[in-house]
Amino acid sequence: MVDQAANSPLLKVDDLRTTFTIPAGDVKAVRGVSFSLDRGKTLGIVGESGSGKTVLARSVMRLNLGTNVTTTGTAVFEGTDVLTRSPAEMRQLWGTEMAMVFQDPMTSLNPLVRVQRQVTEHLCRHLNLNRSEARQAAVDLLREVRIPDPETRLRSFPHELSGGMRQRVCIAVALACAPSLLFADEPTTALDVTVQHQILNLLSREQADREMAMVLVTHDLGVVAGRTDDTMVMYAGTVVEHAPTASLFADMRHPYSEALMRSIPRTSFPSHTRLAAITGRPPDLIDPPTGCDFSPRCPYVQDQCVNEEPPLVETDDPTHRLACWTPVGSPEARVAFEKNLAAGLRQAVAVDLSTTRSPAGGVDG
Amino acid sequence: MDTALDPAAPTEAARRPWIRRFISKMPWTTRFCASWLIVVVGAAVFADLIPGLADPNYQGFLFGDGATNEGPSLTHFLGTDNNSRDILARIVYGARVSLAVALTAVFMGVVFGGFFGSLVGFVRGKTDSAVMAVVDVILAFPGLVLLLTVVTLLGRRDLVVIATVIGFLSIPPYTRVARANALSISRREFVTAARAIGTRKRTILFREVIPNVLPTLLAYAMVNAAVIILLEGALAFLGLSVEPPTSSWGTMVNASRVDLQINVWPAIWPSLALVFTVYSLNNVGDWLRRLRSVRSAAL
Amino acid sequence: MGSFIATRLVRLVATLLVVSFLTFLLVNLLPGDAINALIPIEAQQDQEYVAQVRAEWGLDDPMLVRYGKWLGDAVRGDLGDSIVTSRAVSSEIAHRIPVTGELMIVTVIFSVLLAVPLGVMSAYREGSRLDQIISGGAQFALSVPGFVAGLLFIYVFAMKLGWFPATGWTRISNSISGNLMTVTLPALSLSVIEVAVYTRVVRSDLVTTLKEDYILSARSKGLKDGFILFRHALRPSSLTLITVVGLNIGLLLGGTVVVEFLFALPGLGKRLLDAIFQRDFMMVQGITVFVAMVYVVVNTLVDFVYLVVDPRIRKAD
Repeated sequence: MVDQAANSPLLKVDDLRTTFTIPAGDVKAVRGVSFSLDRGKTLGIVGESGSGKTVLARSVMRLNLGTNVTTTGTAVFEGTDVLTRSPAEMRQLWGTEMAMVFQDPMTSLNPLVRVQRQVTEHLCRHLNLNRSEARQAAVDLLREVRIPDPETRLRSFPHELSGGMRQRVCIAVALACAPSLLFADEPTTALDVTVQHQILNLLSREQADREMAMVLVTHDLGVVAGRTDDTMVMYAGTVVEHAPTASLFADMRHPYSEALMRSIPRTSFPSHTRLAAITGRPPDLIDPPTGCDFSPRCPYVQDQCVNEEPPLVETDDPTHRLACWTPVGSPEARVAFEKNLAAGLRQAVAVDLSTTRSPAGGVDG
Repeated sequence: MDTALDPAAPTEAARRPWIRRFISKMPWTTRFCASWLIVVVGAAVFADLIPGLADPNYQGFLFGDGATNEGPSLTHFLGTDNNSRDILARIVYGARVSLAVALTAVFMGVVFGGFFGSLVGFVRGKTDSAVMAVVDVILAFPGLVLLLTVVTLLGRRDLVVIATVIGFLSIPPYTRVARANALSISRREFVTAARAIGTRKRTILFREVIPNVLPTLLAYAMVNAAVIILLEGALAFLGLSVEPPTSSWGTMVNASRVDLQINVWPAIWPSLALVFTVYSLNNVGDWLRRLRSVRSAAL
Repeated sequence: MGSFIATRLVRLVATLLVVSFLTFLLVNLLPGDAINALIPIEAQQDQEYVAQVRAEWGLDDPMLVRYGKWLGDAVRGDLGDSIVTSRAVSSEIAHRIPVTGELMIVTVIFSVLLAVPLGVMSAYREGSRLDQIISGGAQFALSVPGFVAGLLFIYVFAMKLGWFPATGWTRISNSISGNLMTVTLPALSLSVIEVAVYTRVVRSDLVTTLKEDYILSARSKGLKDGFILFRHALRPSSLTLITVVGLNIGLLLGGTVVVEFLFALPGLGKRLLDAIFQRDFMMVQGITVFVAMVYVVVNTLVDFVYLVVDPRIRKAD
């Protein structure tokens, strides 16, 4: 039993689908996602807003509220499928085994409750600590997340802290019961640029010290670079590319990953460089298009892309999974791009304007 | 999104007349309530023309024609009260009082309250402070108590006086609602744009601000009319609304108390009429407000 | 925080002054000269007597002088004497406060105790069958005025079942159980609308709160739903409820007039009605000013409660 648990991955998600039923139809927010995560490892999930990355994280944690949500597939955590667990069993997992850090520390702390109670209330419940033990634990936690003068801060209300401090409190809350898996859902999006690095470094350090597995959800490829073991790129509720982070950055194959990469502003760019926003909009998730979901926005689009949906398959590198008919850098892509450029296709022209070199050559990091 | 709202896709639903599309979106309770309101308004307006409707003040027993506290019969569908007057007729004519008072209050509220509120919300500054100070003071009186005091001191209590006093007292809440809306509308881009091209203030007020305040005010009017009808009912129940023998629902309920032990029906029928009318106004008003908030959220 | 309290107190005094002046103006300017209430019309032939009475009551002084005198007395607790019973208005009010006060307090406590669980259940299961029943019921109850509910309760619980007396009042000093028997039906009648209003407030407020991130964050900590509802979600909603209870005191004061009339309770509202029918203008003026003052003071108190409960406001001011 112990051996089996130690060898199998901590979390194995298989064909997970989450659908929201609204009056206009069924919004298929997550459409068949599979991945696995080993103990103590980190996974970055990257995609623009609406790509289903947050819904995926919340589905695995069973935090999607409301009667209009249905989730199918399996999400095996520590040997059991969390999707079949009762709400009472989930409450035993929440906090102690799985925890989440939310996007906006302004709204994820209750404005009317002092920091102390927010940090300790689940400690008392899960670990049966008494008041003074819980208080001591809270002081230690705040010290661990580098909050100066923790004794005073415990008596503060959230609005009395800065945004960065608040996110540190949220991290302390999530770490309090020593979970084995932490979801960090865009933990730095709502923060000042100067604070973002501190928070990300704090998360990385805690993850390493505690040998805790972590899923880092972000819209910014720059955030996962050098921080996560694996990176998974999501588009329109599906995984389009999944690889070890280092090999993904060295050999970016999916046109969407490439487009995300191009949209990161860089200080090395000369000023007034046109920043390549991705042309077009994410697809309608009520009635997704046939073929590849990215085809309407892809500069390398060809007939096959519009007609046939590319499966997520291993490339020549077995750790690198990809769903694309015309991977970046392939001869097919080069031909398709030239043809599209000649035809004046909008997304191809936009790419051509924003790069001096042919993009088909890949992004030179 | 509703395809009927999409101009690019004219569907079967879009070709139907707007009134039927409007009704098709109503839940069945709201349809029922809207129908009831139409019946009440129709009965009140055409009371004199309804064939077979008895004279509401005819006391049959004085002429040996019928008795007091009769049960329902073919001549008196809802029976008679303790003065042997036809209850149905008194309810129909009583609706006139309730509706006249409610309409006057809504009219005065929307016209005067709407104008003052939009004006001060748009120009702000000292005028705003002054008008809102007056509004706050009037609202500092508990409604019914102020109404009681004014009505008594006036000495005369016919429909015109009652309706005017209630109408006057309903101006302040409308002013408040209109001002709050005008404040936010005045900050919107289209008002700024009109200012930037040098449109006169008066034109902006009447062309941009008031037309945008009005829909909210009318949705509020539905719910407010319900409150007014309850207020008039309470006043009538205390014997301080229109003077007898004019019938009013509250007066009828009050008069029924004497013989409640013997005959409960003269209390039940006007109560039902009052409760269902107020409920219908609330229900339709709530539905309109929901509809509006869905629309403005979609913009 | 100090400046916040100071501004509120200044505003309170200003409002009270304006309200008292307006009431004074109302009672003195409107048709129906007070002299008609003091001397029967037939006796008004005697000009000398009329003049003597006018001077005695100070009716010939300019308006502002009379207001000044009245206000000076009022500040010292003297609201004048009833022109019908010749008793001091203030002592009549003091004698009646316990009845109306008890009625209002019982109503508010009962309504809040009923409305909070209803609103919480409704919001927690938003969109469910239970929610539809509670919300629909609240919308209906909102349309049932106190006198209709009261008459129904009298008919069912007093006349048919005989559980409670139909009318009358037993002072709490005479018999506690007797007092409870007489306060139940009037308080229930007033509660119908109040419960509806509070339930709707708690529900709509809680529905918004439950969508907040900090509720999700509390769930992700593995806390029980009940704990989250009452310790995390209800706290901000309770602020709104306090405000609405305060604002509703005006409605409730109006309601007590009707209910005291229906149940023949010796309260402030019944006294006001009697005074109105007797054209006892001193009494009407005294009670109206008193009631308006209570209303204004209660709403200022609500502002202060807000200050104590919501740390954000405490900081901001």
